[in-house]
Amino acid sequence: MEAILFFIFGGLAVVGGLAMVFNKNAVHSALFLLLSMTMIAGLYVLLSAQFIAVAQIMVYAGAIVVLILFVVMLLGAELGEIIPQWLTVRNGVMVLLALIFLTVSGTAVYDWLYSTQPVAGTVTDELIAQQGSAELVGQSLFTQYLLPFELASILLLVGIVGVVMLGGWRFVQHRERGK
Amino acid sequence: MIPTAWYLLLAAILFSIGAGGVMLRRNTLVILMCVELMMNAVNLTFVAFSHELGSMTGQVFVFMIMTVAAVEAAVGLAILVELYRQTQSVNIDDFDSLKG
Repeated sequence: MEAILFFIFGGLAVVGGLAMVFNKNAVHSALFLLLSMTMIAGLYVLLSAQFIAVAQIMVYAGAIVVLILFVVMLLGAELGEIIPQWLTVRNGVMVLLALIFLTVSGTAVYDWLYSTQPVAGTVTDELIAQQGSAELVGQSLFTQYLLPFELASILLLVGIVGVVMLGGWRFVQHRERGK
Repeated sequence: MIPTAWYLLLAAILFSIGAGGVMLRRNTLVILMCVELMMNAVNLTFVAFSHELGSMTGQVFVFMIMTVAAVEAAVGLAILVELYRQTQSVNIDDFDSLKG
């Protein structure tokens, strides 16, 4: 059962990723990205990381994909490249590079699989079922990783200020000066 | 019980798709989407190792990466909108003003 779900989620995630790359229309690309992200959230549930799965759906599906779709609509940039440009030597080399990268990382995984013994940690599936995924992440986040958590809030603030500066603060100033 | 290596291989495949897309596509929006896909592949690796090693650290990392991804998407798209205002294009080959 678990294996069937893994192949459904994983297969759809890969199909979504491929469709995203090879789609001419940017809106369709964004929707295929959404499919891929949702399927990855399903994989997180299989790995008993329910909290991360919900956060994945909220942050990626709820925020990032919507943001991308808004920008696609604003710019009217839904049309991608012209199709005859696709089959070039350059693109062939790029696909080849991606395949080489896949081979290298796949070999690394294979080596790891047959050379190491897994270390047994303290957090088992039973503990997660007992205490809850969000509680365990929260415990870790607010004790051991409190400083990175606070730094993330500063990062978000910097991001907000940067986006406001980039996206039209000048025009607001113009308008005020014009009055 | 699914072996962790399967998750790692799936993440490697997804990362390669993202990396290939970044190199292949000329539409900057699609390139940003491919970067998001690569980040997701890394997140999947983190969660798989967190499950394998019985530790919550991997999931905390994923939480941080999601924060960074959200900020990155917002700033990246703002830069893209600004570039579009100046060049009327989203093709990455048109953004060569730093070339000198």
